[in-house]
Amino acid sequence: MIAAIRSEFVKVTTTRLWWVLALGLFGYVGFTAGLLAGLLGALGSQIAQRPGSPQVPMDLVAPVVYSTVAAVGYVFPLILGTVATTSEIRYRTLTPTFLAQPRRGTVLGAKLIVLTAAGALFGVIGLVASVGIGAPILAATGNDAVLQSPDTWALAGRVVIAMALWAAIGVGVGSLIQNQVAAIVSVLVFTQFIEPILRFGSSVWDWTASVGRFLPGAASDALVGTTIYNAFGIGSSARDPLQWWQGGLVLLVLALGAAFAAYLTTWTRDIS
Amino acid sequence: MSGTTIEFHSVSKRFGAVEAVNGLSFTVPPGVVTGFLGPNGAGKTTSIRMLLGLVRPSSGSATFGGVPYAQLERPLATVGTALEASSFHPGRSARNHLRIFAAAAGIPAPRIEEVLHLTGIGDVADRRVGGFSLGMRQRLGLAFALMGDPEVLVLDEPVNGLDPEGIRWMRELLGHLSSEGRTVLVSSHLLSEVQQTVERVVIIARGAVVYEGTLDSLESAVRVSVLVDSPDRDALRAAIENAGLGLVASSVSGLTVAGTAQDVGAVALRAGVSLSLLVPERANLEDVFLSLVGVGGAAAGSWAAPDPTRGTSTDPGPGVQP
Repeated sequence: MIAAIRSEFVKVTTTRLWWVLALGLFGYVGFTAGLLAGLLGALGSQIAQRPGSPQVPMDLVAPVVYSTVAAVGYVFPLILGTVATTSEIRYRTLTPTFLAQPRRGTVLGAKLIVLTAAGALFGVIGLVASVGIGAPILAATGNDAVLQSPDTWALAGRVVIAMALWAAIGVGVGSLIQNQVAAIVSVLVFTQFIEPILRFGSSVWDWTASVGRFLPGAASDALVGTTIYNAFGIGSSARDPLQWWQGGLVLLVLALGAAFAAYLTTWTRDIS
Repeated sequence: MSGTTIEFHSVSKRFGAVEAVNGLSFTVPPGVVTGFLGPNGAGKTTSIRMLLGLVRPSSGSATFGGVPYAQLERPLATVGTALEASSFHPGRSARNHLRIFAAAAGIPAPRIEEVLHLTGIGDVADRRVGGFSLGMRQRLGLAFALMGDPEVLVLDEPVNGLDPEGIRWMRELLGHLSSEGRTVLVSSHLLSEVQQTVERVVIIARGAVVYEGTLDSLESAVRVSVLVDSPDRDALRAAIENAGLGLVASSVSGLTVAGTAQDVGAVALRAGVSLSLLVPERANLEDVFLSLVGVGGAAAGSWAAPDPTRGTSTDPGPGVQP
């Protein structure tokens, strides 16, 4: 198993995919966090003073800024896990992989472990962007960056867990969709379009909201705790969101379920 | 090297309604290079992939000295494999490609450098494989196969895409490896491509073995014929017919007679016919191969009768089933 993990590690680190995505994550999260920190930090208190305007709970501003990593950036580890898997099918590297390690379950397990770790690393990279850019802007606009608070570090830990699980989910998604282009398009369409609509739509009635909170993005937000979506009730099933650990459990079940389905289908079929 | 024999025991594979491989049984002994031949679609690649545990047989088993690939303790150190020349991520360098599988198989890093140089791609090892020519990919595939210093080599169309120099190099390498007592199985859809490389051949067609044995006995199975002529051709024709020799064909260049030059010469001498031409002819081995695998149209069944009358003969020729 150690050998298989080392092999999968070399696979991930020897193509450009991981650092191109990491760079994209850093840029996207940094931009979003900076924008939010600037807007909410500078204008939040002014808006709140005007009668009839939506209230921005100022104690949530820092967590919302920091958690942009998972709120908007979770698609990056998801794509990483997906493409790391579909490229093996696309470029037929599964053939030499299974020649070197005929126990396919071991290969899948090693891939899940390595990509989960890579997803966690993406979480850390994202946090460097969201905290590194968001905190100085918050401080500059006269807000408390709450970097000393244990709550902030607990949030950071949950962000890392969420990002790690998203990469693991990607492995299952990539195994099941197989076609690289179709997989990337599916992931983007689902995460950027279908799920936001479902989350927004499901918040209309109580019963749909109780289902909608199990949507992967909603579960991820529940795990992280405070994100732009659930802090301000944007498209969230605010009524009765999942506990953080329940959200994590939903993602974990998704990751393991997809991996199990992948093992039963793609990973044990004939490789020709 | 103790020697490992590859054994196919009535291996079959069905894809839906299509019987890709049908009760394949043969063995590949150590110490010689064995050609695994058949036209495209004969089931070669499927057979090899079943041997390597990549495709599950519908029935039967293929083993290395009795052990299925998936149960080999150290697969890459036992069997070296080069399959199609496209199992590479184009964005990865040749060296990194090998590092991945060296890590998985516990092969030490210095061995990567050894096989890179042995296969002649040491200078381009840090370039992305996406820019490699087919020949360079073949060499990288071979480097992967040799990495574990295996007792058995299974190579699918290894000379495909190599230049003449590369083919010669490959031939010498495979000969050297087999002389060390290794088992070498080389597949090809062209007999001529591996004719000078292999000693034994296993020929398959439509998923079943049609010939298994040495290349020499395949050659001797080819019925010999002689092109003979005389200033008095009618007398020669009569002599041959009287002697009971088979007249296969007649053309401007002479008569094609089934038999050895010795027999035909003796017949002419007894009949007092002077000869102006006596040339032994041997059917092209490739034609034999094509007739065995049942392709090549008119060549089938008429390979004993070479040009220019090919296709006019109805003689099915002797069977060459072992």
